[in-house]
Amino acid sequence: MIAKFKREYGSGIEALTHLGQNYMVVDRSLMPAILQLLRDDEKFDYCVDVTAVHYPKREKPFDVVWVLYSFSRNERIRVKTQIADGESLPSSVPIWATANWLEREVYDMFGIRFDGHPDLKRILLPDGWKGFPLRKDYGILQQDNEWVQINLGIESGQ
Amino acid sequence: MTDPRTLSPLDLDTRDKTYLDANELVINMGPQHPATHGVLRVILRLDGEKVLGLECVIGYLHRGVEKIAENRTYTMFNPYVDRMDYVAAVSNGLGYCEAVEKLLSVEAPPRAQYIRVILTELNRIASHQLWLGTHALDIGAITPLFYTFRDREEILKIFERYCGARLTTHAFRIGGLQYEAYDGFEKDVTTFCSFVKPKIDEYEELLTTNRIWLERTKGVGVISGKDCIALGVTGPVLRASGVKWDLRKAQPYANYKNFDFEVPVGANGDTYDRYIVRMIEMRQSLRIIEQAVEAIPEGPIMAKVPKVMKPPVGEIYHSIEAPKGELGYFIVSDGSTQPYRVRVRPPSFVNLQALDLMCRDQLVADVIAVIGTLDIVLGEVDR
Amino acid sequence: MNDIIVYIQSYLNTKDLTPGAAGNWFWATVYILLVFAGLSVAVIAMNWLERKILAHMQVRLGPMRVGPHGLLQPIADALKLLLKEDIMPANADKLVFWVAPFIVVLAAFTVFVVVPFGPAHAITDMNIGILFMLGVSSLSVLGIVTAGWASNSHYPLIGALRSSAQMVSYEVAMGLAVVSAILLTSLHGLGLYGVGGAGAPDTGTLSMIGIVQAQQEQGVWFVFKFFPLGLIAFFIFAVAMVAETNRAPFDLPEAESELTAGFHTEYSGFRWSLFFLAEYSAMIAVSSIAVTLWLGGWLRPFPNALQGSTWDFIFSLCPGLTFLFLGAMCFWNVLRMPKHPLFKIQTIGLAGFGAVLALVGLVLLLPAVSSRVGDIFWFSAKVAAFMYLYIWYRGTFPRYRFDQLMKVGWKVLLPTSLALLIVTAALAFIEPSIAEWMKRVL
Repeated sequence: MIAKFKREYGSGIEALTHLGQNYMVVDRSLMPAILQLLRDDEKFDYCVDVTAVHYPKREKPFDVVWVLYSFSRNERIRVKTQIADGESLPSSVPIWATANWLEREVYDMFGIRFDGHPDLKRILLPDGWKGFPLRKDYGILQQDNEWVQINLGIESGQ
Repeated sequence: MTDPRTLSPLDLDTRDKTYLDANELVINMGPQHPATHGVLRVILRLDGEKVLGLECVIGYLHRGVEKIAENRTYTMFNPYVDRMDYVAAVSNGLGYCEAVEKLLSVEAPPRAQYIRVILTELNRIASHQLWLGTHALDIGAITPLFYTFRDREEILKIFERYCGARLTTHAFRIGGLQYEAYDGFEKDVTTFCSFVKPKIDEYEELLTTNRIWLERTKGVGVISGKDCIALGVTGPVLRASGVKWDLRKAQPYANYKNFDFEVPVGANGDTYDRYIVRMIEMRQSLRIIEQAVEAIPEGPIMAKVPKVMKPPVGEIYHSIEAPKGELGYFIVSDGSTQPYRVRVRPPSFVNLQALDLMCRDQLVADVIAVIGTLDIVLGEVDR
Repeated sequence: MNDIIVYIQSYLNTKDLTPGAAGNWFWATVYILLVFAGLSVAVIAMNWLERKILAHMQVRLGPMRVGPHGLLQPIADALKLLLKEDIMPANADKLVFWVAPFIVVLAAFTVFVVVPFGPAHAITDMNIGILFMLGVSSLSVLGIVTAGWASNSHYPLIGALRSSAQMVSYEVAMGLAVVSAILLTSLHGLGLYGVGGAGAPDTGTLSMIGIVQAQQEQGVWFVFKFFPLGLIAFFIFAVAMVAETNRAPFDLPEAESELTAGFHTEYSGFRWSLFFLAEYSAMIAVSSIAVTLWLGGWLRPFPNALQGSTWDFIFSLCPGLTFLFLGAMCFWNVLRMPKHPLFKIQTIGLAGFGAVLALVGLVLLLPAVSSRVGDIFWFSAKVAAFMYLYIWYRGTFPRYRFDQLMKVGWKVLLPTSLALLIVTAALAFIEPSIAEWMKRVL
């Protein structure tokens, strides 16, 4: 499978194994195509999770991770891609409907935008919130004090 | 049925126009509502009593568990996972501990594995009992709630004797167990098994052939196996739609491969099938527990785990079959004592997405039934 | 002054006349007050009994703290409701919001004007009694609709709409069942299946008292008459009346899990307690219709099988013995009370309550008393059986969905009751000729 992908897309794909789990790092430019292929040709029909990791010191600080599972192969694979801050990704909702809320959560927590998402807005935090809490530069006690003051009427903001 | 990928989000901007002078009515169900199982808020667009569409507003219970994890050591974060799906705290703990163990490349000793399985399956029964009680209550049968709570109490008593806590148990440690099973643990568990079997029959007697129950659940909230997979729905909901997939069988974790049990599947994917699937699952869990108690070996309960845990750099995704579906942990380690990133893949959160699809063109009363049958816990949805 | 006393005494000399029929205003007022007080006590007792019975069905104890076995709980509840802040939503239609609970209560209480607790124990005896009852009790839907409307909120509105649809559709089946029972009052000449009948006067009547008297004269309760016609009618009515009073499994208008509390979501405190009062008195009212029409009203059980003065005497002991039994239960529980100083007052209270019950029982054993109130006792006992059924339903059944409720109403109950009515009417039509034929043959 990987060999076939490599043949087709060349250096954009790197296949790795860690602790017995397969994952591949895919260049951002190949992004929707690879996911589509994984679902259609390789039968990864179940998108388990979409999430992200923030590495602030890197040049492209965000890892966006798709965890996929194939019912017919009983196999998992993770697809990772690196993107820069402010860069957006094509949405995977047309491929897996379940990515809808998962991408919203990634947007909510990291501020990564997904192009073509049907309803990209905050999901766990309130709509007017400022900041993306799961970024590493967001402190654990940090809050959107202004929002808290306006909406909850708590003067100290905490 | 509509393709779940083409479901359009609700257009809520016309909200004001709908009030009293139109056929369409937008009503707000929750976050304080007796049947939304916590603080779920559902915005319903109704035509009379028919649901034209709905939107879930969640996050009222968001506590930033994933952020907390990044600021705690691996051991310190362990109790936090109990607070997500608080009715199945033991399963959460199992998933987290196994994920970190994989990251550390250690394995819990066999005795610990058996006790883990017993406690997790007890917790599955407890979770299903709580689901049954509240689900029946939502549909209007108030009595099963008290029966299931009476019997769930026995499970909680076993937890209490084992680790001192009833709900947020923190029963497992990374590498095994902290506590050896107390004297008489096996006897308590076998007594419970023989105690609860007739009780499950009793619940079924009240509901399974009850005409009103049948009318309220058959053909309500139907979802096909294909849509389930597209929407990532797992657990009993997926199985009731005819997909025979249980992580305990598909990718056995702990020592589930040593046990003999069936994975029940439904045919129609309606609320009734999900009810039946969960009832059978309770019985199958009892089967697993009985086998585990028989075969529980002697030996240590903790693997050799360093006092200060510094997993090597890397990442892991590990998932288990929680009572509600696939519960996954994606942990990234940077070699320090604290996880660099912990991502929880909560079954309730993903399953809740299917609510819109399952409720379209049904009646308001069915929305309640479907919320109940999805078996969501808002602590896990919002984290 | 003397005139007034004579006026008051004059009623006592009339036998088998209700105060209304005798045209005696004084006694009518006394009866109204008595019925009102009795009804309030019954609602309070129902409140306690429902909580207790439901609790025991659900493996729990129910109220145990306020008074022995929670006996004072309803009083505590009533006090709480009266003392609660009176909340009226800002956007509510003030006047309508205020009026709605009163309409409901008024409708629920007014029907008791014609409920016959005994041949002379009713406020009045109207010749259109049953029509009056049906008419007035269906007024309560007006109160519910206005309550839902005036709250100016979504859930009450949906609850009110459901309620009106439900009441209207079940009233049809209910009315048809009632009509077939009324037809039975004029069907007398024929001792079908060997029970009762022949020779009773031909009195088709709508009067509540008249209906019971017809059962007495024909010697058969209508539930057994023309078996199974009477039974089917009774069954239809028994289902429809649960729907009519919005009780489980037909409690959709106030479906707790869907509509929070339905039409009274926005009501609290005293206003809410009025709805509560109305619901329970409506339950008692429709049960009394069922008892009157099919279960022989105030008549004692087994009027034919167990005849004679000995049986009359034994049955006349029943009211007293019932109360004595309840008193004995209290004393038995006094013995079971924990022997702890903390429970002293409770124990004394329970013993006192038992003593009161026993005293009432002893008084009821006096022949003079029991002959006068025996009919009230039997009537209340039959109604109480229905009240128990209401609680039992609630503990057992899930709730119907709205469309299913309508299906039961329109597709099952309505055709059945219509067919039943036609069969009964046909029987009434051919009955004289059959009777003639039987006379010739036998």
